[in-house]
Amino acid sequence: MIDVLIYFFSALAAISALYILFTSNILYAAFALVITFLAIAILYILANADFVAATQIMIYVGGIVVVIIFGVMLTNKLVNSAPKSGSHNKFIAFIISGVLFTLLTFAILDMNLGALGVERGNIQSLGYGLMTNYLLPFEMAAILLLLALIGATVIVSQKNVKK
Amino acid sequence: MVLFYFILSAFLFSVGLAIVITRKNAIFVLIGIELMLNAANLNFVAMSKSITLDGQFFALFVIVVAAAETAVGLAMVLKVFNYFKTVELDKINELKG
Repeated sequence: MIDVLIYFFSALAAISALYILFTSNILYAAFALVITFLAIAILYILANADFVAATQIMIYVGGIVVVIIFGVMLTNKLVNSAPKSGSHNKFIAFIISGVLFTLLTFAILDMNLGALGVERGNIQSLGYGLMTNYLLPFEMAAILLLLALIGATVIVSQKNVKK
Repeated sequence: MVLFYFILSAFLFSVGLAIVITRKNAIFVLIGIELMLNAANLNFVAMSKSITLDGQFFALFVIVVAAAETAVGLAMVLKVFNYFKTVELDKINELKG
C-alpha cells in the first residue's frame, strides 16, 4: 500500500517538474512548483520524516512560492498578456541533463544499499539534536536568516541611478 | 524503496539543471535552483537511517539556506529589473551602463 503511494506521488512530482520544464508561462510554472513541493512533502512523510515534511510545506509552499509569485508580478506587465518567457540552448541542455541522469542512475544502481532502511524519527530527538549536537549550525542559520532579511531589504530599497 | 527515492532525486536534479540551462527568465532560473535543492533534500531524508537523524538535520538546514537564497536572489532580480527594465538573462549583457 505504501509502495503504491510512493509510486503515485513520485510520478506526480516528476510530471509537474516536467511541466515546469516545458511550459512558457511563469505563473503556471509557479503553481506546478507548488504541486511538486507538496508531492515531495508527502514523500517525506512516507519516509518517516514528519517534521521535515511540515517544514517543507511551511517554508517552500508558504514562503518561497509566494515570494516567487511576487517576483513574477513585479517584473512583468500583466495587463493584457500572459507572462511568457522563451527558452534557448535546448539541445545542449537535453544532452547535459540526459547524460547526467544516466550517469547518476548507473551510479545509484551500482551502490550497495544492503543495510539501509528508514527508521522512525520523532520530533523529540530532533529537538534534542538541535539543542546539543547541532547547536552551532542552528545559531548560524538564525544569523544567516537575519543577514538575508537585512540584505534583501537594503538591496531593494536603495535608490537606483538612472542610466 | 530507498533506491527509488534516489532515482527520483536524480531525475528531479536533471530536470532542474535543464530548466537552469534553457530558460531566459531569471525567475525561471531561480525555480530550477529550488528544484535542484529539493532533489538534494530528498536524498538526505532517504538516507537518514541512524537514531541521530543526521540526514533530517541536513535537510532542515538546506531548507533554511534555500529560503535565504531565494529572498536575496529575488531582491537582486528586482534591482536588475529596475535598471535594465527586463529580466531576460540574454539581454542583460553589460556591467556598467
